[in-house]
Amino acid sequence: MFEIFTYLADWLVYGLLSLSPETKLGDALHFFVEDVSKIYVLLVVMIYLIALARASLDVERVRDFLAGRHRGVGYLLGSGFGAITPFCSCSSIPVFLGFTSAGIPVGITMAFLLTSPLINEVAVLLLLSLLGWKFTLLYVVVGMSVGILGGIFLDQIRAERWLQSFARKALERGQQGGPLTPSSAPRQLSFAERHSFARSETADIFGRVWKWVIIGVGLGAALHGFVPDGWIEAHLGNGQWWSVPAAVGLGIPLYSNATGVIPVMESLIQNGLPIGTTLAFCMSTVAASFPEFILLKQVMQWRLLVTLFALLLTAFTLVGWIFNLLTPFI
Amino acid sequence: MKQIKVLGSGCSKCIKTADIIAKVAADIGVEVNVIKETDPEAIMNHGVMSTPAVVIDDTVVHSGSIPSQDAIRSWLA
Repeated sequence: MFEIFTYLADWLVYGLLSLSPETKLGDALHFFVEDVSKIYVLLVVMIYLIALARASLDVERVRDFLAGRHRGVGYLLGSGFGAITPFCSCSSIPVFLGFTSAGIPVGITMAFLLTSPLINEVAVLLLLSLLGWKFTLLYVVVGMSVGILGGIFLDQIRAERWLQSFARKALERGQQGGPLTPSSAPRQLSFAERHSFARSETADIFGRVWKWVIIGVGLGAALHGFVPDGWIEAHLGNGQWWSVPAAVGLGIPLYSNATGVIPVMESLIQNGLPIGTTLAFCMSTVAASFPEFILLKQVMQWRLLVTLFALLLTAFTLVGWIFNLLTPFI
Repeated sequence: MKQIKVLGSGCSKCIKTADIIAKVAADIGVEVNVIKETDPEAIMNHGVMSTPAVVIDDTVVHSGSIPSQDAIRSWLA
């Protein structure tokens, strides 16, 4: 089914530009054209279809659903909804406050917000088509676990102490208020409404993501064409325990969204970087970004921000080490 | 004069929303005062979770996207 993109790249790179497959440039360019065209087509089709299906899911509904839940299932549900609910990262703060003022514990809210950038349906489908179902399953389980365990940890240390005072008061009011009445009755959407939502979602997400795909695949193509086979394995392979924290340290200041980082993951793994190190690098690129942390300052005190940062660093490093150890068994 | 608040953290969609409201108001000759509200506490007090949102005379009329020109006309009429 995907051969058509190989033919396209053959035609364009070897035919039209008459580059030889034997040269590094030809090889790298072929890889670039094939992957970018494939990912673009997959993205447009998948974003549209998925948006069609989830047109009626929004953060307001998720809040109404999560409010008053038992904590145990709350973390799991929070993280699960974080994975599938669409919202713009510029809405993180209003979402945080909306959940908080409904009395939802900070840990459950953070399970939602931590999982959200790590997993989204587009990333999952791209992973499936580029790296196969085993890796995809692994990625989803790890991403949700980081969200769930992170949320439990934050509630254990009573992180709500370190919210900004207006947010803490809103949480207390919300918890005394008892269960909310749903803010809006679920309503049926017509197909035309779903189509129009799906079309604008596709334009919106594609508009944000296309450049990340080019950067991601470009890096992948450079690795593919110019880094000698076996170099990564020899220098950053399993033997070097420090390569995982180094990957996390490198990933944090870099920021990409999950869709853009997947082509990089693909080429890193194919070039022999161990799975754990790859996961650690990519998750830290996606989940932790400085601009996002600066925004969170509006609702959290420094102590909580630093705690959260340290939590993510530790979590991704552990993920890396554990999966490098497990690789022989996967 | 109608007081219109655009709630949002200052992202590009919020700026576009404020611009388009001002433009539609000018087109149909309604005097409006559009202000951008970026304070998270104020946004929370309006009960809004998806930005950009539009508040006219203290009522939330829209949230979660850039409103369509038709919708804006109907609020201003």
